[in-house]
Amino acid sequence: MELLIGQMFAGLSLGSVLLLAALGLSLTFGQMGVINMAHGEFMMAGAYTAFVVQQAIADAGVSLLVSIPAGFLVGGVLGLVLEAVLLRRMYHRPLDTLLVTFGVALVLQQAARDIFGAPSVDVRAPAWLQGNIEVLGAPIPLTRLFILALSLLCLAGLVLLLRGTPLGRRIRAVVLNRDLAETSGISTRRSDQLTFFIGSGLAGVAGVAVTLIGSTSPYLGTSYIVDAFLVVVAGGIGQVKGAVIAAFALGVLQSVFEYSTTASIGKVLILIVIVVFLQLRPQGIFSLKTRSLA
Amino acid sequence: MKVSVHKRAFLPLAAAAVATALAGCGSQIADPASAGSTASTGTSCVDTSGDSIKVGFINSLSGTMAISESTVFDSLTLAAEEINASGGVLGKQLQVVSEDGASEPTKFAERAGKLIQQDCTAAVFGGWTSSSRKAMLPVFEANDALLFYPVQYEGLESSKNIFYTGATTNQQIIPALDYLAEQGTTSLFLVGSDYVFPRTANKIIQAYAAAKGIEILGEEYTPLGSTEFSTIVNKVRDSKADAVFNTLNGDSNVAFFRQYKSVGLTADTMPVVSVSIAEEEVPGVGLDNVEGQLTAWDYYQTLDTPANKKFVAAFKAKFGAERVTSDPMEAAYTSLFLWKAMVEKAGSFEVDQVQAAADGVTFEAPEGLVTVNGENNHITKTPRLGKINSEGLIDTVWSSPEAVEPDPFLATYDWAKDLAK
Repeated sequence: MELLIGQMFAGLSLGSVLLLAALGLSLTFGQMGVINMAHGEFMMAGAYTAFVVQQAIADAGVSLLVSIPAGFLVGGVLGLVLEAVLLRRMYHRPLDTLLVTFGVALVLQQAARDIFGAPSVDVRAPAWLQGNIEVLGAPIPLTRLFILALSLLCLAGLVLLLRGTPLGRRIRAVVLNRDLAETSGISTRRSDQLTFFIGSGLAGVAGVAVTLIGSTSPYLGTSYIVDAFLVVVAGGIGQVKGAVIAAFALGVLQSVFEYSTTASIGKVLILIVIVVFLQLRPQGIFSLKTRSLA
Repeated sequence: MKVSVHKRAFLPLAAAAVATALAGCGSQIADPASAGSTASTGTSCVDTSGDSIKVGFINSLSGTMAISESTVFDSLTLAAEEINASGGVLGKQLQVVSEDGASEPTKFAERAGKLIQQDCTAAVFGGWTSSSRKAMLPVFEANDALLFYPVQYEGLESSKNIFYTGATTNQQIIPALDYLAEQGTTSLFLVGSDYVFPRTANKIIQAYAAAKGIEILGEEYTPLGSTEFSTIVNKVRDSKADAVFNTLNGDSNVAFFRQYKSVGLTADTMPVVSVSIAEEEVPGVGLDNVEGQLTAWDYYQTLDTPANKKFVAAFKAKFGAERVTSDPMEAAYTSLFLWKAMVEKAGSFEVDQVQAAADGVTFEAPEGLVTVNGENNHITKTPRLGKINSEGLIDTVWSSPEAVEPDPFLATYDWAKDLAK
């Protein structure tokens, strides 16, 4: 029982990490069709933001809370620059964006190595996040709970933005039918920029969050990028709700597989599940219905 | 002395220069007879004519292993500078050619080939993961060149072209198990990264445990670089083992220890013995997360030997007072001096002569006196169990009374009979 609860939570927690990593990507990849391989490096930038903020603010609790908006800004601005300098020249050429952003990812990794050094740096967790609470005997780590809450908060914020604001309506209009949106007087340039800013900013927030569980090193991004793409593809391109379901389903499945076999075999099984699933349903869990010709 | 074909065109031009050079250092020309005796196909192109000699350093300066390997590179650099400052090797200054293995075994093999064939280095130093060493081994054997490998590893290997200056299993893992058994440990949980070293190490641990009545309650591997340990930590906690034997490598340690601590496991409730966490890794893992945990090595920065004090002081003077020294760094530092001693004993840079001279070569290393065993190309080392202290350094809690002879195939252990097959 104790173990079952522990494992259930491990699955949910893994799902929340996947969701945080994939949420921004579901905007930039899902909605804009940009294959941004540098998404992981935007996470890394967020993680290093947490490190820098902690150098400036000694109190780990305050610095974590400051890091979250700071990480959002750093990730967002990096995304904005990437969009303005490179990506806007290659919309509708997804393969080009893949190559270009892969190059950008390598540049960012090297930059991190040059600035912060190759060894990983330590971002301390605040005292109130150390330890765990016991639920029916199973220890639930507080850092994991925090990440779960943060990912749900980001999700709520994103959904609210997309559903409830004029800006969100414009973004959705551009996704559904870019030409029609443009002829209706929507500035697609501005909408693209904002979407990319928010998507990349979310990567920054994810980066801040994962400093609590893993290492902060120049390679942080590479360990999340593939999983993030898996979530977005399995969830259905362009669908935030698909990404949510896919993230938690993959998280729970992976911890079940990992528990019943081993970590390496678990990873293999999860990939097999995704391959089979995409064979049966290439469009993912949800597919976007659009009348656009493109 | 060999001159390659394309250089021949310049011979007339260079003749005068060479003549003057020869006049100046006639005594240092390599013996032509020994050069002719190299039987292998890839005859060495090492240039021993000048007043410098090339050596190669191969370390991952990028990729997931850079966290550890860049420190080995630093300590090799220090050793080369010290050797040069004290007159070089056989009167020749070391000229270092360094290559980035980029944490990829195939890259290591390719770059090692370059160091041997294109750069014509007299010996190569470096490598960390066993996968990188296994990838380089055929390259060094085919070219009959020398590699000095400075990291503890899983044993069961011996090549005449590789000198192993890190610990083999009977100088690290077995003493650690002996220590745990002595402390009354009756059950263990094994956690490791999924590659050569942890899998072989755990095979040895399983055999040891079966022979000594220690129960192994679980054996888990994660992909290199993995950061997700919720499930493994749950399994470990549920197993209620006396201790955890950790062979994780690189950044995975950070995630493991953070998540280990976050479910309430501590050094008091369930100690973790790590064989890949040294002084250098402690800050990255976070001192809060590993304080009080055990490590198994042959060298710690806190060792009280004159050679170590000198080594630590020199290292800090060169790289900064905040830097620390660790076992693989010490083994790398030692490896360069051992090569120097071998070359000087042989009186030649020729690979076969260095190999012939290797047996019995000693060096007063920071960890204590080490002696090369010419039979298996390993060195004697003194195993030590350490405990991570509140400053992030490691205090010795147990030390072998004397240096232990290397036994990579565990031939002297009854319970290990089936392992070497």
